[in-house]
Order: sequence, then structure tokens, then C-alpha cells
Amino acid sequence: MVGTTSVEQTFRDEWGRVLAALIGFLGDFQLAEEAAQEAFAIAAERWPREGTPESPRAWLVTTARNRAIDRIRRDRTLAAKVRLLEVPETVEEEVDETTIPDERLELVFTCCHPALALDAQVALTLRTLGGLSTEEIARAFLVPTDTMAKRLVRAKGKIRAAGIPFRVPPDHLLPDRLAAVLAVVYLIFNEGYGGRGELAAEAIRLGRALAELMPDEPEVHGLLALMLVNDARRDARFAEGTVVLLSDQDRSLWDFDQIAEGRAALDRALALGGRHPYLVQAALAVLHVEEPQDWLQIAALYGELARLTESPVVRLNEAVAIAEAGDVERGLALADSLGPDLDRYHYLHATRGELLRRLGRAADARAAYEHALELVHSEAERSLLQQRLGMLEG
Amino acid sequence: MKYLMLIHQGTAPTPRTPEEWARLSEDEQKAVYADYQAINQTPGVTPGLQLDSPETATTVRVEDAKTLTTDGPFVAVKEALGGYFLLEADDLDAAIELAARVPAARMGGAVEVRPIVEW
Repeated sequence: MVGTTSVEQTFRDEWGRVLAALIGFLGDFQLAEEAAQEAFAIAAERWPREGTPESPRAWLVTTARNRAIDRIRRDRTLAAKVRLLEVPETVEEEVDETTIPDERLELVFTCCHPALALDAQVALTLRTLGGLSTEEIARAFLVPTDTMAKRLVRAKGKIRAAGIPFRVPPDHLLPDRLAAVLAVVYLIFNEGYGGRGELAAEAIRLGRALAELMPDEPEVHGLLALMLVNDARRDARFAEGTVVLLSDQDRSLWDFDQIAEGRAALDRALALGGRHPYLVQAALAVLHVEEPQDWLQIAALYGELARLTESPVVRLNEAVAIAEAGDVERGLALADSLGPDLDRYHYLHATRGELLRRLGRAADARAAYEHALELVHSEAERSLLQQRLGMLEG
Repeated sequence: MKYLMLIHQGTAPTPRTPEEWARLSEDEQKAVYADYQAINQTPGVTPGLQLDSPETATTVRVEDAKTLTTDGPFVAVKEALGGYFLLEADDLDAAIELAARVPAARMGGAVEVRPIVEW
């Protein structure tokens, strides 16, 4: 059991780097992904039995490369399509880990190319860098798995057919390409924030790399600050598999060094100027960790953010903040008005449940929580909702 | 990579729409000609042949083995192909940058970048 967990862990950690290295080497998305999948399948079968190799990444890259080279040899027409005009010899010994370049930035800019539809950019980045399964991505975006699978196939097909380059864009293109990349990184972070911490760490790692690459972009530092401060509360967000709300969190579990690092990133972003959505969100994250919380200011910032993003999810947060600031009726009215946009979003119903409970409308609260339970997929969230329902009974 | 660059004039003024074209200053008109000339002389570009206006097009269909001809282009006149050229470029980014230099793209039209399948 322990062995299995370690293999799965390595897969999560290594998928993006291994795939990026393979795409860089082979110049073909589909071939690289198939080869990586083969290598991971061999590892899944072999490692629990024979033990995990000393350098899992090098083993995976070597194995995948060799598989790909074998395939190219078998399929001459394929060889014509890929970068390797002369097929190299199969590498007998493992590649040295230090010689594998980290090409995840190249990969993220390729996945977030504006010639791809935005939903395809997000899906592709989550699949290739985040290592999420097609099903997990489909769930995150409330679409059927088939639809998501087709979206991914089509996106990979376009990258190859249209000649979308595998590189970090040159300076004059960089700012234009940044917005989509940041949106995608933040989505990966949020997937991790819902319980899969390694993805949050992955998003932060990407955020740091972007901050290093684009030190003068306030949005990059704003996003990094946002992720650092929220992630600093990760250990306190879950207890025994249940989500713990911010007000109930054990502050001794917060990572105050990381909060300080987040504040520094926010200061840097503010110094660079601008009033971008990530910056406002980072300011909100910092306000959230202050004690006592200034809910009026938090509600005002959510209002500003909702205007910037036109996002009903942000409006929902504004509704919560308004309620926390004391006006539960107005918070509930705002949440109710979001029904048409967010009917499939379990947080809307969970929020309505909580606000109805505070207003003493137990039957309505129960109905709202039950509706939320029908829509929720994460076990931790489910467990919290059941706890809340239980409190209603008592 | 080889791309076919399809120029759609959309609402862009051209000499074929004399009234709109006349609204451009002489400098703007000169810039349009100069930009197209510069594109044609860009390495990797094979200029297309000049197409007559979309109004002169005839569209042909065959239904039940019967040839049906209609006056005008396959799409609406405003959406019809205005011109084209071939481009050999490293990647899509290079093609997009060149497409952005086509005057039609900034004057109300658009350029469609279509990769050409190579075997």
C-alpha cells in the first residue's frame, strides 16, 4: 500500500516535467504523451515489485524516449512528421537527471497559445502540466467527460497541424500571452486548493518561475501572492478529511513565513502599479488572514473584483462577506439572485444553506444543503456539508 | 510550415469601393499599397494572383447530377475571399505576425491563417 502511494505520488509530481521534456525532445505532443503514458504504465507495473528507481524522473524520461524512438523506427511516416530527422540510437543507460531541462514553461506557453480556444488552453494545461485526468478536468468545468476528451484531442491536433511553437514567446509577444497563462495557473492552484495540495504546490512553482521570467509584470506577482497566502492556510483547511472554514481554522497551523512571502509579493505587485484582478484577490487573501477581519472592506473589494471580472462566483463571495459584515438578509438576496448563473455550482447552495440557517429558516436550509450534496464531488466538501446538515438536526 | 494566408476585406476600404476608399487620406492610401508591397517582398512569401471582386464570382453546385450555378460567392459578399498569398514560416507565431501586417486586418477585415498539409 505504501509502495503504491509512492508510485502515484511520483506520477503526480513527475508527469508534467517528463511530458515537457519529451515534447521538447520529440517535437510532437501526441507522440510524447503516448510515450509518457507507456513509461508510466511500465513504472506502475514494475516499481511496486522491484522498488522505485533512484531517479524516477530520469527513468521515466529514458524509458519514454526509448519507446518513442522504437515507434518512430516502426513507423516511417511518423518519423517524417517529428523533429528527429535522424532517429537517434536508443539510450541504453538512464539520462542524468541534471541534463533534463525543465521545459514546463515552454509547455505552458504552448498550451495557452491564443490560437487555441480558451477552454482548450485550460484543459490542455491541466492535462499536460497538472497531470489531471480528463475526467477530473471535465468535473472541474462542469462538462461531460466525452466533451472534454474531444476538446483535448482537437487542441493537440491543432498544435501539430497549425505549427504552434513549443517555446517561451519572445519579449514582444510575452505580455499578450501572459493573461491566459496566469488564468490557467490559477485554475490549477484552485484544483489543488480543493484538496490536492501537490497541485497547489505545482501552481505556486509555476507562479514563481513566471515571476522570475517576468519580474516587471504586476499580475504575475499578484497571482503569486494570492496563491502563497491562500496556500499558507492549507494545513488548517482540512481536518480528518473535512473542510474547515476560515473562521474555525487553527491559526497555529498557518504557515506564517509563507504568508509573509505572499505579502512581499503583493507589495511588489502594488509597487509595479495597476489594479488587476489577481492583485485585488491577493489583497483580499491578506485581509482574510488578518485578525479581526474587516468584513466591510472585504465585501467592498469583492464588489470591485466582481466588476473587474464579471464573475458570478465572485458575487457569491461578496454575498458571504456582506452576511459576515452583519447583513445576512442582503447577503442571501444577492446569493439568490445568482441562481440562474450558478445553479450547478455546489457552493451557491451550500452558501444559501448556511445563510438560511443563520436566519432560522431550518427547512429551507436543509433543502439547500441537500441540493449542494447532490452536486459536490470532493469527499472533503461532502463531509463538511453532511456535518452542517447534522447541525441543523441538532 | 507552409500557410495559405486568406485575406478577407470585410468592411475595409479598397479601391474596389471607391467611395470608402476616397475617405482615406492620400497618405493612408499610399500606406496600404506600401504595406501590401512590403508583404509581397517579405522572405517566405509567394504573392497570390489578383482576384477580381467577389461580385464577379459564380458558385457551382451539383445536385442529382445536375449542375446548379448561382451568381456571387459561396459566402456573403462581405465575407468573401479578397485575396491570398502563400507563406513559408517557422511556426504559427511568425505567420500571425505577418498576418497582423496585412492592411485588411486592421481596417475592418481579417486574415485567416490556414496551414497547408505537407506529406
